[in-house]
Amino acid sequence: MSTIALTEEHHHGSASGHRWSGPAPKRIVTGYGFWIFILSDMVMFSAFFATYAVLLGQTAGGPRGRDLFDLRNVAIETAFLLASSFTCGLASIAADERNAIWFQIAMAVTCAFGLGFLALEGNEFASLVARGAGPTRSAFLSAFFTLVGCHGLHVSAGILWLLTMMAQVFTKGFRPDIQRRILCFALFWHALDIIWIAVFTVVYLLGSAA
Amino acid sequence: MSSGHDEVFDDTDLAPGDEHVEGSGIGLRVLGYLTGLGLAVLLTATSFFVAGTDLVWEPSIPVALVVLAIAQMGVHLVFFLHITTGADNTNNVLALAFGVLIVLLVMGGSLWIMANLNHNMMPMDQIMQMQR
Repeated sequence: MSTIALTEEHHHGSASGHRWSGPAPKRIVTGYGFWIFILSDMVMFSAFFATYAVLLGQTAGGPRGRDLFDLRNVAIETAFLLASSFTCGLASIAADERNAIWFQIAMAVTCAFGLGFLALEGNEFASLVARGAGPTRSAFLSAFFTLVGCHGLHVSAGILWLLTMMAQVFTKGFRPDIQRRILCFALFWHALDIIWIAVFTVVYLLGSAA
Repeated sequence: MSSGHDEVFDDTDLAPGDEHVEGSGIGLRVLGYLTGLGLAVLLTATSFFVAGTDLVWEPSIPVALVVLAIAQMGVHLVFFLHITTGADNTNNVLALAFGVLIVLLVMGGSLWIMANLNHNMMPMDQIMQMQR
């Protein structure tokens, strides 16, 4: 954090007597640290995207994306994830308002949409493998399963985290440390939806159009 | 400032994901998420429509899809993650900018290098002939 700038601003700032002092509140430090983690996660995904783009044509005589992808399935997956992002936002508001019932309801709906997404994705993967288009078929399919599967793993981890937060709010209430975990979880879940935008555009839509 | 937390907030910063709300604003905050949801649905629907239609000039489709995706990422950042251009968000925006820089370098650099290698590599059948 830019200590110097902040200090200066306050020296020249209002005469209200408020001065910047000491380290930032824990909520900001924690949230900022987790924000850095999310950005590093996006850097990791960018490597997977680059790999996928490089290996896109290496089908080894096997099926290409447009032969395999079912866009209706992808559209439903996208809708599920977007809806879950929205309800996750509602859960954040409920947490800030310390409304346990609405928090649990919003989180449960978020969880249901997340599980629906995972079920659809698992279904898609299983049908690809059954059709002989598993990750071992070609470099293109290896890259496809790595990229999309990695996002799926993140969603799975997110759902475990979500259930943990529901349990912690239930047993411990809205303590400041629990609130910070909810903040980080919300960041994580929204970030997953942002990565999914890139996945459905680059992998599915461009793969079917081009 | 975003309300409801026990901790005292510094006047100059906001944690990523936290919202700057003036006055009492559950309704306002829900409205913000609804706006984000509406815009995201609109952009997603347009993406899927463009990908599957004959109405759009075909060579323009990839560019249109990429532009729509970037726009939707912006919508998510603003309405769901509450990353703004405000002074209380400077640190968050700077971190994001650095992340975007690395992402662009990794993706652009990989594609550039691999395309170049691909272009300069001898065709496979000629390599096989040389090995005989």
